[in-house]
Amino acid sequence: MNVAATTDGTMQAGRNRIHPHKFALYVACGSIIMLFTAFTSAYIVRQAAGNWLEFRLPDLFFVNTGVILLSSLVLQGSYWSFKRGKKEAYRGLLTLAFLLGITFLVFQFKAWQAMAGIGVMLDGNPSGSFIYLISGVHAAHVLGGIAAMLMALIHAFMLPVKATARRTLRFELVLIYWHFVGFLWLYLLGFFVVSAG
Amino acid sequence: MATAANKSTAPAPHDVDLLIEEYGYDDHFHEHHEGDKYQSNFFTTYIFSQDHKMIARQFLITGMFWAVIGGLMSLVFRLQLGFPEESLAWLRPLLGKWITINAETGVGTLAPEFYYALVTMHGTIIVFFVLTAGLSGTFSNLLIPLMVGARDMASPFLNMLSYWFFFLAGVVMFFSLFLNTGPFAGGWTAYPPLSALPQASSGSAGGMTLWLISLTFFVVSVLLGGINYITTILNLRTKGMNMWRLPLPIWAFFVTAVLGLLSFPVLVSGFFLLIFDRTLGTSFFLNEIFIGGQALDYVGGSPILYQHLFWFLGHPEVYIIILPAMGIVSEVLSVHSRKPIFGYKAMVYSILAIGFLSFIVWAHHMFMSGVNPFISNFFVVFTLIIAVPSAVKVFNWITTIYGGNIRYTSAALFGVGFVSMFISGGLTGIFLGNSAIDIQMHDTYFVVAHFHIVMGVAAFFGMFAGVYHWFPKMFGRFMNETLGKIHFWGTLIGAYAIFWPMHYLGMAGVPRRYYRFDNFDTFSHFSAMNQFITIAAVLVFAVQVVFIVNFFRSIWFGRKMTTRNPYGANTLEWTTPVDVPHGNWPGKIPTVQRWAYDYAKAGEENISQIIPLAEGEHDQGH
Repeated sequence: MNVAATTDGTMQAGRNRIHPHKFALYVACGSIIMLFTAFTSAYIVRQAAGNWLEFRLPDLFFVNTGVILLSSLVLQGSYWSFKRGKKEAYRGLLTLAFLLGITFLVFQFKAWQAMAGIGVMLDGNPSGSFIYLISGVHAAHVLGGIAAMLMALIHAFMLPVKATARRTLRFELVLIYWHFVGFLWLYLLGFFVVSAG
Repeated sequence: MATAANKSTAPAPHDVDLLIEEYGYDDHFHEHHEGDKYQSNFFTTYIFSQDHKMIARQFLITGMFWAVIGGLMSLVFRLQLGFPEESLAWLRPLLGKWITINAETGVGTLAPEFYYALVTMHGTIIVFFVLTAGLSGTFSNLLIPLMVGARDMASPFLNMLSYWFFFLAGVVMFFSLFLNTGPFAGGWTAYPPLSALPQASSGSAGGMTLWLISLTFFVVSVLLGGINYITTILNLRTKGMNMWRLPLPIWAFFVTAVLGLLSFPVLVSGFFLLIFDRTLGTSFFLNEIFIGGQALDYVGGSPILYQHLFWFLGHPEVYIIILPAMGIVSEVLSVHSRKPIFGYKAMVYSILAIGFLSFIVWAHHMFMSGVNPFISNFFVVFTLIIAVPSAVKVFNWITTIYGGNIRYTSAALFGVGFVSMFISGGLTGIFLGNSAIDIQMHDTYFVVAHFHIVMGVAAFFGMFAGVYHWFPKMFGRFMNETLGKIHFWGTLIGAYAIFWPMHYLGMAGVPRRYYRFDNFDTFSHFSAMNQFITIAAVLVFAVQVVFIVNFFRSIWFGRKMTTRNPYGANTLEWTTPVDVPHGNWPGKIPTVQRWAYDYAKAGEENISQIIPLAEGEHDQGH
């Protein structure tokens, strides 16, 4: 999109390759990455200090990785349908992505219950506390994405389906963020697996 | 004060409109803002404003409010340190039960717990609310859109939220001052276990909870602001404004925002761990601990881990504070000495180098925490390397004013004062950065003297330089210069009188944060020095009252700004009308034709950035 926006989202003759709002989202993602980098660094430092309980991660974490990546793909499909004006596919896939997002959160909760079930409690050894905390803060970021998708759903069903520049941008913002939290989970789970050896 | 004197080839000042009309470009901004939806009534104009200039003023005045609170707190604990035997009963109407009255003698003494609360709050308030929000928040908001040639921030709405999160942070912190158990009292760094165990001290319960809530709101404010600053600088620059034509304050605000975005989330991660330890029973930072003979069931945590997370923010934070001041001073010194900034590119690279290095020196705050001495070596080396870009900047400021046609305005004086403070405080940093010397110096008044001069007073000087310089842009009037000079000399001499003696206290080993020293014979001969410091502190505060009176009086009664470019400056903010409208320029947006520092060039006193290059003229910004 070789146009840039003025501050209220209207288009002006383009000099900027990227819309400021989209760029702002990338910057925000960078900030979130720093948050999780700090968490995982603290994890490594604490793990190196010893007295570290080792346990098997709940299988649901792995299943859930599939759920959130599938949700990402479905949302991407919804976006393509929106661009091509395919109303039914756009609405249907968006709803499905939203439901998969909710499913992810429910499964994360179940996974925490499974951890508690094998005796890994939040206030026990820090190895478990870190998993609860990191996956919990990640879930909070997912919840933000679900709120954004809810707005997208309201738009999808309340407004006529028309891929105006402004609505495309809004959809793209939701899409980028949703992909981001999906890949963030992939990184976190990978980190848990690798650091557990 | 001389006005812009573009005599021969360049158009006269009143031709600015013609230049903008001829070379500017039309973004149809005003066609989309019929009725100006942002400023339609009192609330949207003054309270929930989305205009960056109003938000800048909100940040500044809120910052000033907090500066007064934080400053008054320091006076109370300075009275305790300077005159521990004197009765503070007269403070009882204000401080209530924190002043305990001896029933027999009637002597009022400051409660020791409240002394710690005052020290803690003074640090938190000045570091975060005044020198981060009040300084970077004010000038990033005011100057970024005006100097890069944008209508407003990339997201005016998020920008408004940024201010209101800051405001909310302030409200929560203010409430904590009135808690029955007092505000948090474990130091502005909030180290566990004092911060992690609600029963650790009186301020560790409700006070610490509110401290955490407040600071979390504050971080949200910084992040929302920072995202906007970065995006606006990179995406909304006007035509011709390439990165090498950016005025130096913008470079400084840019790197400041990047530092904030990369380091504040790390602090938040520490806060999360701390909140979990406090409320959910985890043991991230807590190890086997006894309180009142009672063993707590925490096991295996490390308080040092918190220190790492805290200082990973904490050190970049001092550059978040000082870089905007550096940027402001670079601009002010150049404009008021009528000379181009010396070594523009070196200045930019120094800012970038300082920004980068600030991330790999954090453990120099932890030399005495038991970290491996070999790791300390790494941090010593990088800490000392920061002296290189810092020295480059100092050299360039001095060479900028050297031989200049200096106008001794209050802004310029504070700019020079900044350089003086930065040198004095920077040199002691070289001592403290050595881990061997730090064994003697750490946690003494030497450290207090060092950081107050180099990032406290210096940053205030940068802020004052900015306020005096851009006051006409903010309020359309000038501040009183005589009062400004009284303010400058009083503050310069007074600040040195406060902090210079502290070096001697520190070298003798006088520890910081102590409530009183009467029980230590070895320090008894310093009581006169402590009295001197306290008297100087009271006088410096009194001089700040002069500033505040001058500030508010000038808003309504100051000398009016009649020309749009009173200093003959080159940057874009001085091409806007005297009464700057929403959207900053009434018609087209000006385009930029040259770098920002064409002073004393080709027989001209100054050449604005909007004036096209003459044939064969070389633009020094490239």
